[in-house]
Amino acid sequence: MQVEKIRIEQLRKQFVKKNKMVEAFHSISLQIKDGEFVSIVGPSGCGKTTLLRVIAGLELPTSGTMHIQHHDSNQPLNAMVFQEHSIFPWMTVRENIAYGLTMRKVPPSIKKSIVDHYLLKINMVNFAESYPHQLSGGMKQRVSVARAFANDPEILLMDEPFTALDEQNRLLIQQELLKIWEENQKTVVFITHSIEEAILLSDRIIMMSAHPGTLIAEYEIPFPRPRKIEEIRSSTFYKNMFNEIWMQLKEEVEKSRSMEGMLPI
Amino acid sequence: MNNKIYQKTLEMIPPLSLLLLWELFVLIAVLDARFFPAPHVILISLWEQITLGYYWHDVSSSLIRITLGFVIGSVVGVAIGISIGISSLCRALFEPIVAATFPIPKLALMPLIILLFGLDELGKVIVIAIGVLFPVIIQTTAGISNVDQTYKEVAYNYGASRWNYFKTVALPAAAPSIFIGLKLGSGMAILLIVAAEMQGASAGIGYRIWSAYSLFDIPTMFVALSTIALLGYLSYTVIEKLEHRVISWHRSPQKERDASGKNKD
Ligand SMILES: Nc1ncnc2c1ncn2[C@@H]1O[C@H](COP(=O)(O)OP(=O)(O)OP(=O)(O)O)[C@@H](O)[C@H]1O
Ligand SMILES: [Mg+2]
Repeated sequence: MQVEKIRIEQLRKQFVKKNKMVEAFHSISLQIKDGEFVSIVGPSGCGKTTLLRVIAGLELPTSGTMHIQHHDSNQPLNAMVFQEHSIFPWMTVRENIAYGLTMRKVPPSIKKSIVDHYLLKINMVNFAESYPHQLSGGMKQRVSVARAFANDPEILLMDEPFTALDEQNRLLIQQELLKIWEENQKTVVFITHSIEEAILLSDRIIMMSAHPGTLIAEYEIPFPRPRKIEEIRSSTFYKNMFNEIWMQLKEEVEKSRSMEGMLPI
Repeated sequence: MNNKIYQKTLEMIPPLSLLLLWELFVLIAVLDARFFPAPHVILISLWEQITLGYYWHDVSSSLIRITLGFVIGSVVGVAIGISIGISSLCRALFEPIVAATFPIPKLALMPLIILLFGLDELGKVIVIAIGVLFPVIIQTTAGISNVDQTYKEVAYNYGASRWNYFKTVALPAAAPSIFIGLKLGSGMAILLIVAAEMQGASAGIGYRIWSAYSLFDIPTMFVALSTIALLGYLSYTVIEKLEHRVISWHRSPQKERDASGKNKD
């Protein structure tokens, strides 16, 4: 458990936008252990998605170093759950979940049993042959999460996967995610706007400052696993934790609002 | 179901009332019967052409030319469109030529094509193929190169090779756009058949129009015109049927409306 999985040092990313440099984030140093569930919170536009995309290899950093331990080269290194709708509309639920396996040419019988397993986990056995336009928003996100898990990557990267969901669905999916994750303990980097979600799911929360983002605080979340969402939410420790994180995050959000020319609350 | 019958009935009203008005206007001499023979006269002419045996011969000769030209034009068009869409080299090589030759009226090419390929079948098929080519190229290119960036990243993040990206993402994502190109192309084919059969044909709907013109046989001309209109409608319907079959995942605005209507009931 103590093996280091991701090591990031002095990472910076700049974009060129209309001949001007836009800094997405800078001076980020971070270590993530194998099997750790880390959440990143921070005001909108602070560079969370960009950081995740750099870790995923979808974007190159401008400077700094990043080292990711790839234990088993037969296994994919990472799988991303995107912020927006990302499941393929032209594939059935089954084909979507199987996508990574199909690309890796996993034999059909093994593929089928893996997909069946996750269909059961996300409670969508009856929708296996449905197309995305026949699903609700929450179901689509579940498929997207199942697709990532089914590919069995060493690292899962999730960008606000549940933000678009209503409260009840979010609670159910969080519980599902906890269950699936506690089974196979993958390294997870999870972006969220919700402090509550971050506390419920993670081992550690990392906070980023207002744009241009950098790391400003870290919180260890000591709740034992397996976790029960209801129990954690009703404990005083949770409430104190929530307040502590919120007070700090509020400052950053206000900074970011005033930078956009809006009045702080 | 009732709704469907209702809609079909509605669709029949405008053409039928138009025919009735036409008949009436000829009867009261508002329309000149020499240039606008009454519908019943046209029907009689149709019957004569069928019994004399040349109607079906005309239709089948034209249909063969249209079909051959359409198939050649769309196969070549899809191939060129795809290569422009996926390869920047092909884009640099072909896109300027396509843009430069696209606005040339295909009729202006007729004399050149006759010189090159002669007055027989080949020349006619080629004129039609060239007409079909352009809308198909343009729609295919647009479809392939406008694939949602997220889908592209999902594919590469899940280990798709270039070929797999093309097969599992670019092509299905472009399919709706390609079908628009095919529909426009089929219209083009029917549009061009009349010009293509102007010279060097001894049968065909277009040929019939020109021969009727020189004989001042207006009812025959109207029979041919209506046949062309019918062919246009039929080819559009056939491609649309094929489209629904190939891209059953695609939620057309029409279906969406039906679905929301059902929810209200
Ligand atoms: N491709 C790009 N080109 C130019 N600028 C970009 C690009 N992607 C992101 N940025 C800029 O980088 C900054 C960080 O963006 P990013 O999407 O990482 O923020 P975020 O923290 O994920 O925000 P949110 O919480 O709203 O999703 C923003 O200022 C954004 O405008
Ligand atoms: Mg983001």
